[in-house]
Amino acid sequence: MAALNIKKGSTSHSAYDLRDFHSEVERSHTLAVLVDNEAGVLARVIGLFSGRGYNIDSLTVAEVDHKGHRSRITIVTRGTVAVIDQIKAQLGRIVPVHQVIDLTTESTPVERELALFKVAGTGDKRVEALRLADIFRANVVDSTLESFVFEITGTPEKIDAFAELMRPLGLSDVARTGVAALPRGI
Amino acid sequence: MERVMARQMTGAKMVVQALKDQGVDTIFGYPGGAVLPIYDEIFQQNDVRHILVRHEQAAVHMAEGYARSTGKPGCVLVTSGPGATNAVTGLTDALMDSIPLVVFSGQVPTFMIGTDGFQEADTVGITRPCTKHNWLVKETEKLAETIHQAFHVATSGRPGPVLIDIPKDVQFATGTYSAPKAARVDHYQPKVKGDLDAITKLVELIETAERPIFYTGGGVINSGTAASQLMCELVDATGFPITSTLMGLGAYPASGKNWLGMLGMHGLYEANLAMHGCDLMINLGARFDDRITGRVADFSPKSTKVHVDIDASSINKIVHVDLPIVGDVGHVLEDALKIWKSRGRKVNKEGLAKWWAKIEGWKKVNCLAYTNSEKTIKPQYALQRLEALTKGRDRYITTEVGQHQMWAAQFLGFDAPNRWMTSGGLGTMGYGFPASIGVQIAHPDALVINVAGEASWLMNMQEMGTATQFRTPVKQFILNNERLGMVRQWQQLLHGERYSHSWSESLPDFVKLAESFGWKGIRCDDPAKLDDAIMEMLNYDGPVLFDCLVEKHENCFPMIPSGKPHNEMLLAADAEAFKSGATLV
Ligand SMILES: Cc1ncc(C[n+]2csc(CCOP(=O)(O)OP(=O)(O)O)c2C)c(N)n1
Ligand SMILES: [Mg+2]
Repeated sequence: MAALNIKKGSTSHSAYDLRDFHSEVERSHTLAVLVDNEAGVLARVIGLFSGRGYNIDSLTVAEVDHKGHRSRITIVTRGTVAVIDQIKAQLGRIVPVHQVIDLTTESTPVERELALFKVAGTGDKRVEALRLADIFRANVVDSTLESFVFEITGTPEKIDAFAELMRPLGLSDVARTGVAALPRGI
Repeated sequence: MERVMARQMTGAKMVVQALKDQGVDTIFGYPGGAVLPIYDEIFQQNDVRHILVRHEQAAVHMAEGYARSTGKPGCVLVTSGPGATNAVTGLTDALMDSIPLVVFSGQVPTFMIGTDGFQEADTVGITRPCTKHNWLVKETEKLAETIHQAFHVATSGRPGPVLIDIPKDVQFATGTYSAPKAARVDHYQPKVKGDLDAITKLVELIETAERPIFYTGGGVINSGTAASQLMCELVDATGFPITSTLMGLGAYPASGKNWLGMLGMHGLYEANLAMHGCDLMINLGARFDDRITGRVADFSPKSTKVHVDIDASSINKIVHVDLPIVGDVGHVLEDALKIWKSRGRKVNKEGLAKWWAKIEGWKKVNCLAYTNSEKTIKPQYALQRLEALTKGRDRYITTEVGQHQMWAAQFLGFDAPNRWMTSGGLGTMGYGFPASIGVQIAHPDALVINVAGEASWLMNMQEMGTATQFRTPVKQFILNNERLGMVRQWQQLLHGERYSHSWSESLPDFVKLAESFGWKGIRCDDPAKLDDAIMEMLNYDGPVLFDCLVEKHENCFPMIPSGKPHNEMLLAADAEAFKSGATLV
């Protein structure tokens, strides 16, 4: 057994895997799941997460290949190394799932989210909202004399930060799309 | 032109045609409004035999018995609404135990879906978590291909139940039938070959291990008889000890010299201690169930663990293993044997000799010992006699769930795969009786015995009519302790002997019940008369209900109280001294 470099004991590392499988540290992972766009496929994925007690922080889904009827589900989830491995294996078992890609491996993926913010206010607050929107490169997509709707894209953190700033300025409604993600490079 | 015309048919006809083309000879079912067009087609042909059950749950268990005893998928037909909801327990049972089933359910017409129509239920929604996959077919044009895909999915990779929900208008409408060959199945092709580097590592481990053990499960049986043969060859050639889960019994013969018996909560002392003390564990098609591992943190602490499984999600789910091999057990064993032989068939002979000496010591504990009685029939004794009197016959055993199930696993020996059908993962009381009918339908001339508890048996007793109607000479061997014995045992050991609702009150007179359905009824409560009574059952050409009145308060040992490690198992002798404190799972 020494030749294989496998330490004895059930807590030993796998011969192939040098990650700390028993680590209790939870980490956020972005998973892309390519599926056949058939009835019920989203329910299967969501049912897996609720049935087995996994977290979903964000979920987006849309058809990405109309001819091939393929959809891409992007899920942001949290878990230990062991849990994330289980989630990926369980997703891979669903019959209409073609591929499960973990975008959070060595590097972080490119992640973008789109959000709409309705901010109601007049006077100084209105001016300040407009000024901050400019800094965040948010566009005004609707305006009345008492309100704006801003459109903003960016990382979820950027959108969170914008929301924090808008709150005291009359933020009344938020709609977010959830994360779309792709790995960096080729 | 003639042939082209012939391919146009109604959806209902397609169902029957697809069954024929898939080689199905039997379907278990129960009619209702939403499947009448299919029943009409069944009426007009003789290739597919329909077995009319008395409850849809039983239809699914029968199909499970059929599937597990033949290796072929089992088929079921139920109506919409209550027909489909009644099938849910059976589907869940089949999912947990990886049994290939194709279940057809009727549905209200497409234009009524979502209106809370009569006998409408969201069948695909309800059965999504208890099937491997399911489909609602909304166009007749897609029906044939979906059915063929369903057979492919049910039987490929890790097998499991699938369901096809067919609205009534889809059954009536005409469409184009396509043959199995034409069905697109390429998108679902689970990997069967294991990684050769990993298999070579497994061989290296086999060559050097001092205290190895094979820990095998239902996956070996699901992989087919060839896999069982390859496994026996490897086990015998290496001289390694082998144990198995409840689901895997029979893959290695109980009469084989390396057999340690079943492991787990009510497994044998020598099997569990060998698992605890081994330095190499080779898991073939088992899944580290909690009934097997006991307390995970203390599970086999000193071993290098190898896990061969066709389902990647089974690997590292509960126990982290050192060498994972994703693939079909049969394929992996074939490669492992080839590589091991080509490298000179090496094993660590010295280490093995010492290991076996240790195991022989554990065997001497004689963990299945019990105190026999001349006055009352001990359940263990009844099974020993059943075993002795049926030895050498082509025998199929099913069980219900409870103490009798564990005793059957301990005291009956299985020398071939597909001869032992029990509800392992879900532990479904009411499984065994219908399963025995399913087995008998598949093997009309074989001896089929359901080892039952009286409480479980009552859960699907309505199937007596089915057995009579279809002349299945099933033997129902009820170990009647007038108790929900397994529940009572836990209450005795873990709940201060407060026997809350764990006795069987108001039982029927089983002999009269048997006679009322045209069966033979036998009652026995005397150990001296037991052999004759069993022979009477075996020699009777027809279904028998055997009411074997046994000791009421017998406990099933050995036992690993849940949440305890393997080396803290209780033997009958220590039970007195046992004070609770185990986790109640
Ligand atoms: C459908 C179902 N309900 C409840 C249980 C819980 N349970 C497990 S064993 C058992 C008692 C079984 O009694 P019996 O069939 O007489 O078998 P015995 O243990 O007495 O041999 C019960 C209630 C179960 N396994 N299945
Ligand atoms: Mg009982």
